[in-house]
Amino acid sequence: MSKINFLKPDKSNLYTFLYLGSFLFLISVLDVLLNSFFSLNITGFLPGFLSFLLPLILGFIGLYFIRIELSGIKQLDLLNKHINTNNFNAVLSLLIIFIILKSIPPILSWFFIDASFAGDSKDVCTGSGACWTYIKVWMRRFMYGMYPNGEQWRINLSFIALALLGSVGYFATDKFKKYLTLYYVVIYPFIAFLFIFFFISGGPVFFDFSYGIIAAILSIIVGFFIPSKLKFYYFLIVPLALYILLKYFIFYEELIELGKLDGLNWVETGAWGGLSLTFIISFFCLIFCFPIGMAFALGRRSGFPLIRYISIGFIEFWRGVPLITVLFMSAVMFPMFLPADFFIDKLVRCIIAISLFEAAYVAEVIRGGLQALPRGQYEAAKSLGMGYWRMHIFVILPQALKLVIPGIANTFLALVKDTPLIFVVGLLEIVGMLNLAKTNPEWLGFAMEGYVFAAIIFWIICYAMSKYSYNLEQKYKTDR
Amino acid sequence: MNFKLKDIGPQLMTVLAVVLVFGFFTYNAQVNMESRGIDFGYGFLSQESSFDVQFSLIEYDGSHSYFRAYLVGLLNTILVSVIGIILATILGVIVGIARLSPNYLINKFAAFYVEFFRNIPLLLQIFFWYFAALRALPLPQDAEAMFGISFLTIKGLYVPAFIWQNFNVFFYSVVAAIIAIIIIRIHAKKLQETKGKQTPVLLISIGLIFILPLLSFLIGGVRLSFEVPVLKQLATTSFIYEGGVSLPPELIALALSLSLYTATFIAECVRAGIQGVGKGQKEAAASIGLTPNQVLKLVVMPQALRIIIPPTTNQYLNLTKNSSLAAAIAYPDLVLVFAGTALMQTGKAIEIVSITMFTYLSLSISISILMNWYNRKIAIQEK
Repeated sequence: MSKINFLKPDKSNLYTFLYLGSFLFLISVLDVLLNSFFSLNITGFLPGFLSFLLPLILGFIGLYFIRIELSGIKQLDLLNKHINTNNFNAVLSLLIIFIILKSIPPILSWFFIDASFAGDSKDVCTGSGACWTYIKVWMRRFMYGMYPNGEQWRINLSFIALALLGSVGYFATDKFKKYLTLYYVVIYPFIAFLFIFFFISGGPVFFDFSYGIIAAILSIIVGFFIPSKLKFYYFLIVPLALYILLKYFIFYEELIELGKLDGLNWVETGAWGGLSLTFIISFFCLIFCFPIGMAFALGRRSGFPLIRYISIGFIEFWRGVPLITVLFMSAVMFPMFLPADFFIDKLVRCIIAISLFEAAYVAEVIRGGLQALPRGQYEAAKSLGMGYWRMHIFVILPQALKLVIPGIANTFLALVKDTPLIFVVGLLEIVGMLNLAKTNPEWLGFAMEGYVFAAIIFWIICYAMSKYSYNLEQKYKTDR
Repeated sequence: MNFKLKDIGPQLMTVLAVVLVFGFFTYNAQVNMESRGIDFGYGFLSQESSFDVQFSLIEYDGSHSYFRAYLVGLLNTILVSVIGIILATILGVIVGIARLSPNYLINKFAAFYVEFFRNIPLLLQIFFWYFAALRALPLPQDAEAMFGISFLTIKGLYVPAFIWQNFNVFFYSVVAAIIAIIIIRIHAKKLQETKGKQTPVLLISIGLIFILPLLSFLIGGVRLSFEVPVLKQLATTSFIYEGGVSLPPELIALALSLSLYTATFIAECVRAGIQGVGKGQKEAAASIGLTPNQVLKLVVMPQALRIIIPPTTNQYLNLTKNSSLAAAIAYPDLVLVFAGTALMQTGKAIEIVSITMFTYLSLSISISILMNWYNRKIAIQEK
């Protein structure tokens, strides 16, 4: 056994150092653990300041002793490599371990142990923990806003229907797969808009929706007898024409009368709210801002100077102003720009404003993708005799969009996170509802629970979206 | 020049569409304003505003003009943006470097921070800090002093005020130090390029920036004293601190949440930038005998900065624009003071919203011009 030099741990006294170091390290962790979980202070006999620093000092000495390079013990080497490379890292690792140990008990007790779950009034919330009863009682308001309780199945139903319609892509046969883009870009947003706007708001406008359904069913039935060469144009024109015909010329009075027998109650958009409004707004802005953004991205790279300057002006304007002023504009300034008898719903104005705003960001992201494509792609497409639109639709855009999936996902994430701002125009989605509930005299003092609840919901949505975009990126990754 | 219909047609159509849309809007606006008896004009800016603002950097009360109110809001916006940018940069750089640490715990801790804060809407974070976290602070009479001089209470943060004598002399000495440093840097660079001689620029700079202001204290007659906030009783249960500088809780909540939120994005930019520098660069630098510090300073950082600057500029712009969320917690920024209170009082929707938007637009453009200039300066000079 060689001489031990405590300032230089070496391999010849490996086990002495290992046992001594691990012992000191464990003592330090144990001290913090006991302190935080059982509020015992085993070093209480020391002066306060030393007792506070002791775990850190002991842990540091312990980690110093076990920092032996190439010890031959696999676990020890792994530990040294990951948390114990040098003195500075050792101190940081210790601090992080201690912070985690210290913060677990209060968080646990606030969330679960001292929290109250049962009951449906404020009286049960006497503990020091969170009052989840508050969330339970207000759950419907947080989810559906001021939407009448009896009618909320309509919101659920439309979301389920939209999800089913949206998943058509998974179930479509190969024969129809080539129409999927058309479906998702043109038809699906149209159906979704009809569904959400007319079905959820109900009332007289609901019949617009019924006309839409009748028109769609009729035109699909007739569509079977149309030669396949003309089918595209047929479905482009006939359903819309039929819808207009139904609405303005044929059944108008009769259907209104019929509807009074058992129609849907009318719910104005001001009563919509909660998480469902967050979804509705994000969804519409998402499907509207993408095509607009794409158009301006192409416009900014166009060869026509006037179109280019207009696109640059549009993009830079929306990117330069904050969303809150845009919403202000849509609330107080936009009605001035319309004819006096022309009224646009508050929610629709909001959706237009956010879509235009986000479209500018989408445009910049897509432009990045267009610029990243090698010139050869453009030249190859042109040399095949393709025109501008053919080249972009079949060659350039599919590649460019693939490149910018992460950027577009980030823009969409930003969009979802921006939806709470609609409180400016008086629409209350989940964060707005929280602020309303917070001021209710019966439920004062539960702001924290509400914000934590909303934060968890948003975090789950955003994290899931970012993970999904990452998967998408991996799936479409093609090596060059 | 040969005009072709194929070239002119689409452009003409677009311009026509834009002109038509704008014309439609202007026409309607004129008709609407006439029917409601509103006149268009910016004359109201010089009228007396007759409303008060809680927190202002310049002297202001109800007897000042609307233009003064606009300036108050603008300065408050700039104040919170500058504080936010500084804090977010410091935090973002630290977290970004921590995410590249070989230490597993630090790495995961930083990753957790980034994933946590950037996936929660900023507005929610502002509300959380303002309505939930800062409300848990002690009342003024119960507050414990931090370092004996400043007090963090539910009514805001009270810090000592600086009271200067002959502030001008001190200010000029700092300016002189900065100019001297710039000259020395340029000179040192020239010396290095022509003769290969290295001068310890950093040491000289640090020395200058301390010694010149210190000299102004010794011989320039500059005096500095502190005014510490003192607790004062207004009524039996109402206390307040007097003297010193008070930062309202709105400002603290806003600056805190803006910097915590933006720091996550800056951290990702920094990480991407440092990862973007090829491994070969570091190895090559090490193999010609540079020390690790020199490798970082002379090889890695100049290249990483080129990748970091453009996205970080975007984040600064976002932070400035996001500061307009102040309106939600009644921090008197541009949107709240001008597009909120002033608009309600005057009813001049078009004028006020357009001025507000134009102001943000020019703030954004000036930041981006500044950063573009810096970016061009450090970009690769291809020969």
